[in-house]
Amino acid sequence: MSTEAKTYNYVGTRPIRHDGADKVTGRANYGADINLPGMLYGAIVRSPHAHARIVSIDTSAAAAMPGVKAVITGDDLPETSAKLAMGEGALDLHDIGDNLIAHKKALYHGHPVAAVAATSFEIAREAAARVRVEYEVLTPVLSIDQAIAPGATILHDDMVTRGRPAGPSGPTNVAARLELRRGEPDRGFAEADIVVEREFQTPMVHQGYIEPHACVARWGQDGRAVVWTTTQGPFVVRDGSAAILGIDAAMIKVIPTEIGGGFGGKITVYLEPLALVLSRKANRPVKMVMTRDEVFRATGPTSGTKIRVKIGAKSDGTIVAATASLFYEGGAYAGAPSGAGAMCCFACYDIPNFFIEASDVVVNKPKVAAYRAPGSPMAAFATESIIDEIARTLGMDPIELRLKNAAVEGDAAPYGPKHGPIGLTAVLDAARRHPHWQTPVGPNQGRGFACGFWFNAGMNSSATVTLDSDGSAAVFTGNPDIGGTRVAQALMVAEELNIPVERIRPTVADTDAAGYTDVTGGSRVCYATGMAVIEAARDVREQLRARAAKIWNTDVSNVGWEAGRLIPLNGAGADRAPLTLAEVAAKASATGGPIVGRASLNVAAAGAAFGAHICDLEVDKETGRSTVVRYTAIQDVGRAVHPSFVEGQMQGGAAQGIGWALNEEYVFDKAGAMENAGFLDYRMPVASDLPMIDTVIVEVPNPIHPYGVRGVGEVPIVPPLATVANAMRDATGVRFTELPLSPPRVLAGLMAAGD
Amino acid sequence: MTKLHVETTINGEPAEFLCDPAETLLTALRDGLGLTGTKEGCATGDCGACSVLLDGRLVASCLVLAPEAQGRTVTTIEGIAASDALHPVQQKFLEHAALQCGICTPGFIIAATALLDKNPAPSEQQARYWLAGNLCRCTGYDKIIRAVLDAAPVVRNMRSHSL
Repeated sequence: MSTEAKTYNYVGTRPIRHDGADKVTGRANYGADINLPGMLYGAIVRSPHAHARIVSIDTSAAAAMPGVKAVITGDDLPETSAKLAMGEGALDLHDIGDNLIAHKKALYHGHPVAAVAATSFEIAREAAARVRVEYEVLTPVLSIDQAIAPGATILHDDMVTRGRPAGPSGPTNVAARLELRRGEPDRGFAEADIVVEREFQTPMVHQGYIEPHACVARWGQDGRAVVWTTTQGPFVVRDGSAAILGIDAAMIKVIPTEIGGGFGGKITVYLEPLALVLSRKANRPVKMVMTRDEVFRATGPTSGTKIRVKIGAKSDGTIVAATASLFYEGGAYAGAPSGAGAMCCFACYDIPNFFIEASDVVVNKPKVAAYRAPGSPMAAFATESIIDEIARTLGMDPIELRLKNAAVEGDAAPYGPKHGPIGLTAVLDAARRHPHWQTPVGPNQGRGFACGFWFNAGMNSSATVTLDSDGSAAVFTGNPDIGGTRVAQALMVAEELNIPVERIRPTVADTDAAGYTDVTGGSRVCYATGMAVIEAARDVREQLRARAAKIWNTDVSNVGWEAGRLIPLNGAGADRAPLTLAEVAAKASATGGPIVGRASLNVAAAGAAFGAHICDLEVDKETGRSTVVRYTAIQDVGRAVHPSFVEGQMQGGAAQGIGWALNEEYVFDKAGAMENAGFLDYRMPVASDLPMIDTVIVEVPNPIHPYGVRGVGEVPIVPPLATVANAMRDATGVRFTELPLSPPRVLAGLMAAGD
Repeated sequence: MTKLHVETTINGEPAEFLCDPAETLLTALRDGLGLTGTKEGCATGDCGACSVLLDGRLVASCLVLAPEAQGRTVTTIEGIAASDALHPVQQKFLEHAALQCGICTPGFIIAATALLDKNPAPSEQQARYWLAGNLCRCTGYDKIIRAVLDAAPVVRNMRSHSL
């Protein structure tokens, strides 16, 4: 498909979402809202040690309790070597299975070791407390430095360093390495007039979705199972659960409920295979719902990082060389987004000479999960802080410096491919002209600026559009709607078929009803699934032409489509009045039966996207407390299908990033237990912490998509970490290289600087 | 364990239920009465997803014991809309696209109606501080605050007509 230069009737408008009334009246059903007759309730026994060998598990006292119907351990979910293809990568189901329930070792505080199903949550929790586990406590590895030190305690005896170049053989906590190189960095630095090098650290942070993980599994006597669950990936739950349990995926149906936030954290499975096994054992449906404490201790988070970046520039601002060394915590298993961090860290700039090395390091903390542009925000924090330093030292406007070095169409990205039409310079230009940038900074305030990049994803999508005899339509896809994708899909069908958007019924289908569709993630739903929706609607249009040809008794080549009507072409019926879509739809029965359009595709490429943020931060130098007083997010979205939800993604990503920058962090005690596993102590932004977040939508069409759409959801969390830190530098004169910029850290930094 | 019998008024209708003495109002509403519009996000009073009105006062139902509802009136998200129309706060949430995933929305709408009851013309800052007990992770609050401020005159107008 190629992008069409045209005006739109529906795309770009802001209709009310179809699922909105259900969600403002409490009717919408989320994960924990599903209840079945005869249902049991599950509870999980979790390791109180961050690193321990499991010597024995005695479940007899728990199983003997009245009301307890099933108790399971790792023995009930044998270890698997299966892998599950997902997009370009693969999910390692051994690790996901071992993370679900530990087999030989508990690898973090909160790691499941057994699970119970009983007639009430209270009984299940009491029974869980009676499962007796004998542990041999091992030394926990709680930092990157500890993990990579010579003679470090090893988490996985069989771990070898994957990636290129091959790492050392033998015991290691480095799961993977990636190196990227271009030109000759040493020669580049020799040509530089200014070189800035710093080391940065960011803590583990959680996605922070408000809905805890929840599911109900019902295993039938016929071997067929149904799972209701809150997930970004119903097909991942189906195929992953089947592979982990060694059963046929054809026997599992996954019905996605409404989902209360995910941000990447609800792609993998945590509860579903356990609920399935408990249901099979108890022969009753089993409901499992995590507490917030469990969500923090044992799901998400994203990596804590340690990143060293060095950039060299000429006195006119031209960047000539850069190096980066990135270490990302994977948590208890391989899987940190260090490779993505490596690919993103210099992606905003055209740099002739660079060397980047990235390591995925296992530590005794929860296994990390995807979190909105996984790996990119921390890398941007490092790079964009240094770019800011270079601008300050050279006395250059930070936007001018970035414009001078910005990646443009035809430049090769640091990870290889040449960019198509991209919008970074358009974004920077919009930022420069924005009233926020033009307004003087207020007293006790500082202004920060930074930009960010994300790849976005394509992958597999399917869509079905059914046309009813009354001229209304329905559209079905397999992507749970996490933030307005139903109405976006309805807008696309409306655009293609000229049916009012209110008369289109968008539906999230279960895994039996939808064609295979990859996850709601990678900023891919409006983009890639949207392409399938547009193709399916165009399939309906072609069928309408054929039906009109039948009605007119002419060849289909003599029927055209214009603004929702079938029109005669080639003089085939000058006497015939055009037929409306509704008129042809009403005759579907007589002309061959109902009209159903379908499309499925694997979108190999996506359109890279860039954003830039401006932050004004007011700092109380007596206490170290800071307040965001003004914030603007600018982003190239290709084409905004529903601008309100595009703005919402930009505002929400900015707010999450501000939280990451200012307050959020996992705090562990010396034994590796998380000390702040609740919303009171894990401090996410609340309404009184933030100002309005201004947005500027820049539209540089993405040629891969028929309307020019680019993924939107992930880019906006990339710039805020550095934007806020650069504002802090501007306000205080102190360069902070470690997040979060919480009052105690800022106060200590100011005192150390003698302020 | 002996269950307690509780007689109360929920969304204008008399209601009764049995509960354990230690059960929360949130659990009684969701599991006992099937009113699952009230959500649990933390069970520690930190997220506001379980907000309800108890005798007209905004409370976190996860911090109220179910037996405390005896003889009192409870308003949940299911009782906010009129029979033939959404409440202005609900309508403005839709018009402003003030929800993405929607899990926090019932709590915000309850809290916002309580705000407009007390203060029919809140400033942006007053709205932000009143709603600071409700966490939203999707929106960055911008569109929520706009929806609430935009609903205020509609609610005022509605009230002046009903007087």
